[in-house]
Parts: sequence; C-alpha cells; structure tokens
Amino acid sequence: MRTDDLIDALARDAEGTRDPAPPRRLALVAALGALAALVLVLSWLGTRQDLAQALLGPMFWMKAVYTAVLGAAGYLAVERLSRPDGSGRRGWMLGAAIFALCVAAGAYQALVSPDVQAALKMLHGHSWRSCSPRILLLGLPMLGLGLWTLRGTAPTRPGLAGFAMGLFSGGVVATVYGLHCPEHTFTFIALWYSLGVLALAAIGALVGRWALRW
Amino acid sequence: MTDTETRLKALMLRGLDGDAAAYRACLALLGVRLRAYFARRMSGAPGDVEDLVQETLLAVHLKRSTWDSAQSFTAWAHAVARYKLIDHWRRRRVRQTLPIEDHIDFLAAEEPDPGVGLELDRALASLPERQRRLVGDVKLTGLSLAEAGARAGMSEGAAKVALHRALKALAERMRRADG
Repeated sequence: MRTDDLIDALARDAEGTRDPAPPRRLALVAALGALAALVLVLSWLGTRQDLAQALLGPMFWMKAVYTAVLGAAGYLAVERLSRPDGSGRRGWMLGAAIFALCVAAGAYQALVSPDVQAALKMLHGHSWRSCSPRILLLGLPMLGLGLWTLRGTAPTRPGLAGFAMGLFSGGVVATVYGLHCPEHTFTFIALWYSLGVLALAAIGALVGRWALRW
Repeated sequence: MTDTETRLKALMLRGLDGDAAAYRACLALLGVRLRAYFARRMSGAPGDVEDLVQETLLAVHLKRSTWDSAQSFTAWAHAVARYKLIDHWRRRRVRQTLPIEDHIDFLAAEEPDPGVGLELDRALASLPERQRRLVGDVKLTGLSLAEAGARAGMSEGAAKVALHRALKALAERMRRADG
C-alpha cells in the first residue's frame, strides 16, 4: 500500500472519532476508582466508629493531605508519562518531598515518645498487619482501569508510566481508606500507608512494562 | 527548521479542529520528514524504511490526543518516531542508541523517494474482507465514508466505527509483525 493511500484513510478517520486527552481520561479513572474504593470501604470495612469526632480533629485531615498529595504526585507524573515526550520529574519530586516530610514527622513522633515500647506501639498501631494489604486491595480496581485507559495513550517508558499510575491509584484510595482507618500517628502512616501505595506502584510498573507497549 | 515546526503545528491544529485537508497535508509533510529520518538511521535495511514510516504515521494518528498543543508538535512526533525505531530494532535484536535531542535534525534532512510498504499490505491482508475494502476505498479525493460504507454494505456510522477499528487493528498487527 502506498503511504499516500494510508494518509487518505487516516484523514478520513480523523473526521469521525476523537479520543479524550490524558487529563480527561485520568479524571474519569480517579472518579470511578474512588467510587469503587468508597463502595468497598462502606460495604466491607465500615467507617471508623468515631468518624464524626475525627472529622473535627487535625490528624484525620493530615492523613488525608498526605495521601491526597501522593495521589496528586502520581497524577502529575502519569499525565506527562502518558505522552511520548513527557517526563515525570515534577510528580516524582512532589511525591519524594511529601514522603520525606511524613517520614520525618513519623521519626520525630517516635523519638519524642517516652520509651522504645511506646514508639513500637505507635509503629504497630491497631492494624499494622491489615493496613497495607487493604490499601492494595482497595486500589486494584482503579489501577486496573487506569492501566487499561493508558493503553490508549503513548507512554514511551511503560514501566514508569505504570508505576505512576499505581502511585496515583494508591494515593486516591488511601485517602478513601482514611474513612475507616482509626490510626492517628505519622509513625504509622509513614510506614504502612506508604507501603500499601508503593505496592500498587510496583504492580503498576510490572504490569505496565508489558501491557503498555504500543 | 522552525519554519517546518510552524507549518506542521498550524496544519495539525487545523486538522484537530476537523479540517481533513489540513490534516492530510500535515501527515504528508510529516511522512517526508519521517522517511528522511528513518533512511538516515537504517542504511543497513533500506527496505524497512517505508514500513516504519507507515507504522509511525498510524501511531501519530491513533495517539494524537496525547499531543499537548502548548508544546512543540515536532518534538512530540519525533518522540513517536524514535520509540517506533527503537521498538523496530528491539524486535530485530539490533542494539543501537538514539539521542533524545536530535529532533532538530529530524526537521533538517534531505528527502528520499517513498518506497512501498510491504508490512502494511501483509497486515491489511489479515483483516476481514469488509474492513480491508473500506480502508482501500476511503481516498480523500475519492469516496467519502458514506459512499465507501455503502459499497461495503454499511451505514455511514457503521463505516466510521469499522474504519477506526481497522486502523487500530493494522497498528497492532504491524507492531507484532516481526516480534
């Protein structure tokens, strides 16, 4: 087939359909992913007993800010990495900065606690075994949907794009998970929340490496 | 050089707004650039040049929503071409590196004659008969989608969907052609 004939067919097709740009795709993924996580939290885990009170205190919101900023970092990275000439730098920097801040706050809280026992207690909280796996499970619907929608885009670094999609998903669903989780120390959040988000990012990277080629 | 960027970008913007003639002109101009770009980097396999030009044009078309119109169109198109060339080498087990900055050079090459792409025909041959006919029939100067659709026994809406599916299938098959 002559290239000119191909171009004719492409020009004809351009009159018909037009795909949404990455920001719109990602907004839809976030909305559906958050909704899926919310339904799971409400039907499976339930909200924390003291939710009404917690909403008045600072720690509920600090946690939400941490996870939401992680999600925003993932968004910034994946929005760029879904384009062939894009770099995730701004997203990585934001993610690293907020993570460092949370780790520093967690380390500080552990250091000023009365003794090692108290510090360990903060680190374990009430739910250290279930926290990361639950965030991982809550995030799978959004990650799956996100990777699927990325297949319509043009990432030239598929592994990194998948990692960023995982970070985005993890940040969004960990924020929703805050409605259930009663933990209230940075020490706990910095380790177990981050680990759950990181697990999603790792899965995103692994799957993305082969699923996002085009 | 920047002149080419200005022209390509203006044509692409008009094309995205639904101007089919401008879109066609943009792809044709880009095709010339791509041919020169690949020819220069594939002196070992000149027969593959047109295949890559066609595969890249298909990708440019199908992935055009990922171009951010606030950015350079040439840099975006070069990134697509570079990805396709590296992918081609990977499939052929050739180890090469490509500088990421040479999209300036991408604009400034001499123009070899277009060859004939064989892989596209092979991919086309593997499509269902109706889709294949449709792709061949929709010339910008010739049949409209409605007319080509009627010839294949489809409504215009169905022809639209069928053409888009056919192009996506072609892109996928070319990518896997020598995988």
